[in-house]
Amino acid sequence: MNKIRFAQAAGLPACALFGLAAMPAQAQDSLNALVWCDHTDASLIEPFEEAHGVTVNLREYEGTGAAFAMLEQSRPGDWDVLVIDTIDVPRAVEAGLLAALPDDELPTDDFFPEVVMASSNSVDGTTYAVTEKFGYNTISYNADRVDPADLDDLLAIWSDESGSRIAIYDYYLPVIGLVAAGLGLDTQALTADDLPAIREELFKMKAASRSVGEVVASQTALATGEADIIVGGGEWLTAVLAEEQPELTWTIPEQGAVRWSQSIAVLEESQNRDLAVEFVKYIVSPEGQAALATSSCFWGMPANQRAGEVLSDEQKQVLRWDEQDDYLSRTQLYPAPDAQLDVQMQDLWLEMLQH
Amino acid sequence: MAISSTLRGWGFVTPALLWTLAFFVAPFAIMLAMSLATLEGRELIWGFDLANYRRLFGQSFLAGAIVVSLQITLTVTLVSILLAYPLAWIIAFRVPPRWQRLVLLLAILPFWTSYVVRSYSWLLVLSREGIVNKALMSLGVIAEPLQMASTRFATVTGFVHFFVMLLTLTIFANLVQLSPNYRRAATDLGASGWQAFRHVILPLTLPGIMVGAFLTFVLCIGDYITPQILGGNNELTVPQVIMVQLGRRGDFPLAAALSIVLMGLVSLAYLASARWLRLDRV
Repeated sequence: MNKIRFAQAAGLPACALFGLAAMPAQAQDSLNALVWCDHTDASLIEPFEEAHGVTVNLREYEGTGAAFAMLEQSRPGDWDVLVIDTIDVPRAVEAGLLAALPDDELPTDDFFPEVVMASSNSVDGTTYAVTEKFGYNTISYNADRVDPADLDDLLAIWSDESGSRIAIYDYYLPVIGLVAAGLGLDTQALTADDLPAIREELFKMKAASRSVGEVVASQTALATGEADIIVGGGEWLTAVLAEEQPELTWTIPEQGAVRWSQSIAVLEESQNRDLAVEFVKYIVSPEGQAALATSSCFWGMPANQRAGEVLSDEQKQVLRWDEQDDYLSRTQLYPAPDAQLDVQMQDLWLEMLQH
Repeated sequence: MAISSTLRGWGFVTPALLWTLAFFVAPFAIMLAMSLATLEGRELIWGFDLANYRRLFGQSFLAGAIVVSLQITLTVTLVSILLAYPLAWIIAFRVPPRWQRLVLLLAILPFWTSYVVRSYSWLLVLSREGIVNKALMSLGVIAEPLQMASTRFATVTGFVHFFVMLLTLTIFANLVQLSPNYRRAATDLGASGWQAFRHVILPLTLPGIMVGAFLTFVLCIGDYITPQILGGNNELTVPQVIMVQLGRRGDFPLAAALSIVLMGLVSLAYLASARWLRLDRV
């Protein structure tokens, strides 16, 4: 048997599977960014394009594994910028995907201290990524139908006595982290030994749930009344609906919740590295942060506190700006499993879905 | 002369052979080889390892996806046939010929809308606040809304809506080819209407049914969108599990093994129906 790089091995079939559209166009006056959907809002991208006279080509992806597969099947230099789960930055650095960032040019002193996350964004003293946005995977609910007091105990939400219509956000890491928090576990110290207890709760949750859906499906379930509670929801789920349906809101149970954060980085093989760094600097500037925080795809807290100077009072109220100190102190980070535990967690998630 | 004729024959056949080699045989060979490889971390290890297949049949949630896919597909195929046959019969024998084209056009209208939009439309129709629940509640049939969205019922409904149209077309095409003399002859020989249908018409229309059923089976068992939108992820079909392997894990070997199994199921369906798959009859 011979070992070869996944990129070489999977190149041909991967191209067939993903299509040639996965390959971005190369040009000095354009930037190719692999991003989450919140970066596709024109109000975020257009100011940068106009200021620099360039085009930013965006491609959405879901899940770090998918991003790695897309990068590996692309030609070197195809991509310039990557948005990634902060906890996955070390994996990307280990894979040699990310370039060093000029940390003296990044305004991390203005950030909420808890989300600077140097332990993830930096490796051996070199900064490879910078946190751009964060929020919570917790409990979203319809306040017209659910008493918030019933949501104080996380594990009681999906108990037999609850009777509420619940739906589950379909992303294994935050929901497994949320269940772990409910069980009083440290999400950063999870091992395979913790999985049986988590499995039991996940199965109970699934038995009590109506559906398991990704972002849009979860929003639809809550907005149409199909579900009253979304496990794994948060401000990112309900804030965008706040104007039309203010009864859709979110809370953090007594056991706490999980904090998500996303980082932005420049790819090692970028051929437009200077422009890519400028893009990163724009995204973490107060203006870029305000636009990113209120993106039409999903809202979330900006990492840079100075975005508060740009956001309106109404926007800050929806984001619960003044309560962040309390929330940050009561939430844990996503689990950051190693490769083996990650596979076990994904298998557990599939087992729950099929249960 | 014979050599020239042979060369000309090869000349005609070669483009088709190359096409088949490039777009079927080669991709299939790569997929088969990929299914026998394994992934260690991010590294792909080529070889002849049946680990993916052992895993597929050894882990209940993966094997369960095959069972779920088969259950849904067979249900959809059966229900679609039961609904499509009478519809095709009515269009063929009860609708005046000058209206048949218009009726067929109406029958295939659902094909004209986006597959995704159609699925989301069904989600709204079957939702808690949807028209079905509201109608049943206003008629006093139910006191509380039924859970219809995000269920297997919703998935089957979405599929049947689509495939009834397909089957109606294949069965209709078969029915209109039948000479009315078959039925008349059966009746003259003493057969009742049911007996004429059961022993004469139905066997003669089996090719149309089977072609439609086979297409329904193939399209349904490989579909990802409908179960994803309407099923609410409450159970996973094989295409959904394949998408998880590709999208979240980048586990191409396991995804390839699942795809091979999917192709195996389609091949079995073909073998089971090959006897009746006579395209000249539809």
